[in-house]
Amino acid sequence: MAHAADAAHADHHDTPTFWRRWFYSTNHKDIGTLYLIFGFTAGIVGGLLSIAMRLELQDPGLQWFANPQAYNVFVTGHGLIMVFFMVMPTLIGGFGNWFIPIMIGAPDMAFPRMNNISFWLTVSAFALMLCSLFVEGAPGSLGFGGGWTVYPPLSTTGHPGPALDFGILALHLAGAASILGAINFITTILNMRAPGMTLHKMPLFAWAMLVTAFLLLLSLPVLAGAITMLLTDRNFGTTFFEPSGGGDPVLYQHLFWFFGHPEVYIMILPAFGIVSHIISTFSRKPIFGYLGMAYAMVAIGVVGFVVWAHHMYTVGLSLQTQAYFVFATMVIAVPTGVKIFSWLATMWGGSIRFTAAMYWSVGFIFLFTVGGVTGVVLANAPVDRYMHDTYYVVAHFHYVLSLGAVFIIFAGMYYWFPKITGYIMPEWIGKLHFWVAFIGSNVLFFPMHFLGLSGMPRRYADYPDAFAGWNLVSSIGGYIFFAGLFIFIFGVVYAFVRKEQAGANPWGEGATTLEWTLSSPPPYHQFETLPRIADTGH
Amino acid sequence: MTATPDVQRKMQRTAVACAGLVVGMVGLAYASVPLYDLFCKVTGFGGTPIARAENGSQVLDRTIAVRFDANVAPGLSWRFSPETPEIKVRLGETTTVLYKVTNTSDKPATGIATYNVQPDLAGTYFSKLECFCFTEQTLQPGETLESAVVFYVDPRLAQDPDVKDLSSITLSYTYFPSKGGQPVAEATSSTRTTTQ
Repeated sequence: MAHAADAAHADHHDTPTFWRRWFYSTNHKDIGTLYLIFGFTAGIVGGLLSIAMRLELQDPGLQWFANPQAYNVFVTGHGLIMVFFMVMPTLIGGFGNWFIPIMIGAPDMAFPRMNNISFWLTVSAFALMLCSLFVEGAPGSLGFGGGWTVYPPLSTTGHPGPALDFGILALHLAGAASILGAINFITTILNMRAPGMTLHKMPLFAWAMLVTAFLLLLSLPVLAGAITMLLTDRNFGTTFFEPSGGGDPVLYQHLFWFFGHPEVYIMILPAFGIVSHIISTFSRKPIFGYLGMAYAMVAIGVVGFVVWAHHMYTVGLSLQTQAYFVFATMVIAVPTGVKIFSWLATMWGGSIRFTAAMYWSVGFIFLFTVGGVTGVVLANAPVDRYMHDTYYVVAHFHYVLSLGAVFIIFAGMYYWFPKITGYIMPEWIGKLHFWVAFIGSNVLFFPMHFLGLSGMPRRYADYPDAFAGWNLVSSIGGYIFFAGLFIFIFGVVYAFVRKEQAGANPWGEGATTLEWTLSSPPPYHQFETLPRIADTGH
Repeated sequence: MTATPDVQRKMQRTAVACAGLVVGMVGLAYASVPLYDLFCKVTGFGGTPIARAENGSQVLDRTIAVRFDANVAPGLSWRFSPETPEIKVRLGETTTVLYKVTNTSDKPATGIATYNVQPDLAGTYFSKLECFCFTEQTLQPGETLESAVVFYVDPRLAQDPDVKDLSSITLSYTYFPSKGGQPVAEATSSTRTTTQ
């Protein structure tokens, strides 16, 4: 690691050639841009998989998939790609790399070369993940179809082909990339803040990334361990999860969800950070209850590690254990509520400007709250017995992730687009995109609550005719949501063609974080002299 | 970048601490395997019956039905069954039940048996004094073997609010083809010949 830090010193101060700049990149802004492009590309792939799923589910019977196993492969691919190659690279790798060093007044990340390794490991992992779709998994079919949770015994004895081995190695690489990235963020945030910026004056996005990085550091190694055991069970005759050798498949579920539950906070905490800045900027007020907001995220992170078995109410836990996990899960609603109400209180009495980014952020608060409420419903073990593995669960986690994290990805794009590119994108484009996405996503996911309540199970390519109506509605919503992406792409192209220059701070006096003190786009190397943070504000 | 040596040292210390955390968590993930196993054996969690040396408990008047289930995993051409599908026992009473297993193929094969108790929560109270489990068993073609399970149901079951009203417990055994080595290959090839 010392080597990586030394290498950073040798960095050239002139702008390098295209190849050097984008392939050997050590500049945090360039790597951030690469992550954003990568995340968007992976999101298109994951999105196309989900469109294929919606096409299949539009009507009862099998229309598009000759083999239901292929449908399950699409479901699995969609889940893994969206989690590991869309949301995480965009929010953490993209926005995190771009704005964490700037917001804390640092010239770059602590270990720029390690940053480059993280990015290219993520790309390699994605390549392995795509390979996995095209090699044999279950006998006679391609790809792994056991869901993103990869539960044994389906993943050990049910898929003898190499597809899952590719998948496991992809997760190993993506995990290693994220761990290196997390170490980089922690080191940067703890050691490289500008003079005068104490932890309690740090912008909330930096707080969010700090907590996220710790969650990554503590949870990803457990996933790595669990899937390594899976790999050796599959290939080298170990019996960690194999009952015939004294192993227990339920142990895998414990290990997986010890990672899996913090993982959902890893995906949403950076979004919490971004939405705080957008709401504050466009309400022209400092964020309400700054310290409460920061420590609410810490609390969510800590409690997030002790609630994992609420994903496992049906494995036969004792009543007391279930009662504990119900209670602990509901406790998370408290810090989450602190955040929701603090955003509302920030807007209250503020001089609100409804820009595109603000549309997406307010939309996020509403939709995330809907997803949070269904989460509290599902937290109840007896209710979950009924809803487990139905579309109600699908609706719940898409409300918090697809409508939560993804809405903030777009909010962040519209908010920081002028800063990243230096060009203004007309507000109407982001607003039109918002309305199309808002209507589309609600039409897509709200009916899934009804489907789940009436008992439609997840992960099937076909269903009884009774579920046909809402599935059709849901599919139409999916197409609308996806169509919205073209508005976004048009907006980006249009802004680059139009070339309307953005000033250093296009959002006016509400935008108080350090990135708005730099030109748009920021210079290749910023803060040659470190900024000094005054005692007021954060 | 103009990081002073002091800041550099601090950054290295942070990074090393983080890396230590990562290594520690991987270690914990692996440590969880024996720990979980130990936890299950001690508490009977997940339907793991408890192995005991002797029955030191009182016999109560309350009876409970114990059902016996026998399965053979694919890849092993054996016939496996308990001598009786169900017996009624009093809590605390030591009982012996025989299981009979026959190799119906024309090749010798090696299997290994595992067991489980349903409902899972009753695992804590199902105490075994003697059983055939996790030991490899090789059977010649046509050979039949009788194995005994000696057990008692712990009377403390009557005091556990989760399971005190239970009317029956199921003990389930499964024979799997033994993993790794020559016997498995023979076991699977013998299955193929018999199914053809």
